[in-house]
Amino acid sequence: MSDITATAKNEQGMVNAVDSKDDYLLRVKDLCLHFRTTKGIVQAVDGVSFELKRRRSVAILGESGCGKTSLARAILRLLPRNVHKFTGEVWLNGTDVMKMSDEWFRQNVRWVKASMVSQAAMNALNPVLRVGYQVAEPLMIHLHMSKEQALQRAREMFRLVGVPEDFLHRYAFELSGGMRQRAILAMALVTRPDLIVLDEPTSALDMLTQANIFNALKDIKRQFDVGFILITHDISTSSDLADEVIIMYAGQLVEHSLAQTGYRAPLHPYARGLMASVPTLREDKRLEFIPGQPPSLISPPSGCRFAPRCPQRFERCAQEPPTFRVGEHGELVKCWLYAKD
Amino acid sequence: MTTMTDEILLSVRGLHTWYELKKWGFFHAGYVRAVDGVSFDLRRGEALTVVGESGSGKTSLLKTILGLAPITKGQIIFAGQQLDGRGKSLAWLRSQVGFVQQDPYGALPPFMNVRKILLEPMLINKFGTPAEREQRIREVLEEVRLVPVSDFLTKFPHMLSGGQQQRLVIARALVLRPSLIVADEPVSMLDASVRVEILELMRRIQKAHQLGVIYITHDLSTVRYFSERVFIMYAAKVVEKADVREIIHNTLHPYTKALLAAIPDPDPENANRYRDVPPGEPPSLVKPPSGCRFHPRCPVRIEGLCEKEEPPAFEPFRDHQVECWLYRT
Repeated sequence: MSDITATAKNEQGMVNAVDSKDDYLLRVKDLCLHFRTTKGIVQAVDGVSFELKRRRSVAILGESGCGKTSLARAILRLLPRNVHKFTGEVWLNGTDVMKMSDEWFRQNVRWVKASMVSQAAMNALNPVLRVGYQVAEPLMIHLHMSKEQALQRAREMFRLVGVPEDFLHRYAFELSGGMRQRAILAMALVTRPDLIVLDEPTSALDMLTQANIFNALKDIKRQFDVGFILITHDISTSSDLADEVIIMYAGQLVEHSLAQTGYRAPLHPYARGLMASVPTLREDKRLEFIPGQPPSLISPPSGCRFAPRCPQRFERCAQEPPTFRVGEHGELVKCWLYAKD
Repeated sequence: MTTMTDEILLSVRGLHTWYELKKWGFFHAGYVRAVDGVSFDLRRGEALTVVGESGSGKTSLLKTILGLAPITKGQIIFAGQQLDGRGKSLAWLRSQVGFVQQDPYGALPPFMNVRKILLEPMLINKFGTPAEREQRIREVLEEVRLVPVSDFLTKFPHMLSGGQQQRLVIARALVLRPSLIVADEPVSMLDASVRVEILELMRRIQKAHQLGVIYITHDLSTVRYFSERVFIMYAAKVVEKADVREIIHNTLHPYTKALLAAIPDPDPENANRYRDVPPGEPPSLVKPPSGCRFHPRCPVRIEGLCEKEEPPAFEPFRDHQVECWLYRT
């Protein structure tokens, strides 16, 4: 619990940002990513701050268009050309990677310290290269390994994620969807990064394959010193891996809590609505929904962005944007309901 | 329970849908057995959900019912008429069956506004007079709660949110007053918070008009919000048929058990335990395994029987059928 509370202290400037014995894997401070479009500036990620300890995994949940994927891309600096504003701090292993040049970041951080399994992973493999070679490639490029060494390491990774070793010599089209997804996971793991971002890793797969892949992810989490950021709109599945839960709404982080409270007793009215809308198989509950739609990210409401849809809004909500409050169990929640003053 | 009469609306008898594979676009190279022997009856006003993973043949079953895929073998009898998939009977069928697609944005023509989208099926099927058609457009829009109607009539699909687009797709399926609606994963592309709204809407419409509805989904956790009756499909066959409660609390088929084990509920404890699911992947439908199609992955297979003979449907409990040798009588 205390690890989340630390963020709150941070916001008040109590913890020095340059901390030499940093046990945080990732610290994101006031990250903004705005895009330029013909209709105006889209505030895809707007002032997001959170922290993640080593070996922990966090699920980032929210509806489509709330900025989940943009947040992941901002952390890994996989940005499109129409970026308007990209500011904030991203501390990975105690270094602010935002201060690095793009080239330095590409050579020494991306895929070395942090890798990503992207959403359309089915199409992320090169069709004309053998799968084994693709998995080994980051080792040759970033860690300057020999081809033999790299392939050997790729073989180990294949075993770990549950791909038969002879698949090393196959092409992507010879693999089923589940196997392809495992190969991509092997590719993300092969450099032994500290952080892996999983962007909807199983949304295109069968239920059984999905469960098998999550079993593999749990194994990896147990065996390696690796943290996960899991981005998904499938709330039920996210609980398979998450230690912590972040709820995003309209480009902002509205709640950050431990899985124990995040799934069972969320605080933010949006988080509560979202959790109440998740169908459950084993328990017969009445589902609820949140009326209305998320706001436009070009001209979001002033004040709390959820206020127009919030069942518990009051005057203050529309007037000033809420700041983070610390809940009973150390949750961070951006809502005026929890303001004591 | 939904109100229903005993009148059978749709009867599917031993349906096979096979797609021919061609080698070099010319030589016969086997069949993809997408649907392989499916039988069921659907009464007027009854809802039914077919659950299956991708490649299990559920969409092919639905396409065959819609006349979009050929009937290789077997019969489909809709409202007393046997379908032959040709000309007039096909046109008649399509005026009687509404289709709700999975991806609402892909299903709506981007160059037509809401009014035109709803008018089109009525023009094609020569529905009513112009005044009646306008009236009907307003009625269906109100029914799916795209209100105030006049605000929506001139809008184009891209101006609507995902939930509104799906409402429009439902309105279009309803506009000709069909007696059967088939819905292919109607909520899988929508966000959780909107999903419930659409499910409730579909249920209300089904009850109000005594519609027969066939839903298709891969997500077992939403099934109870669709209908009482559930079919589980695996590798082109319906392996278990029962009420949703029976399926969940008295699961019989090993595949259904695996499917249930694979589906998480949002519970923080999930992170601490492994899911008990069999490894492997669904079989090829070109050369399906001999005997029971699940036997290569089945943890409780009976050696010497399951791999040799295909299990027939057994009914160990009332209204609960299962195609598995474990329940032979």
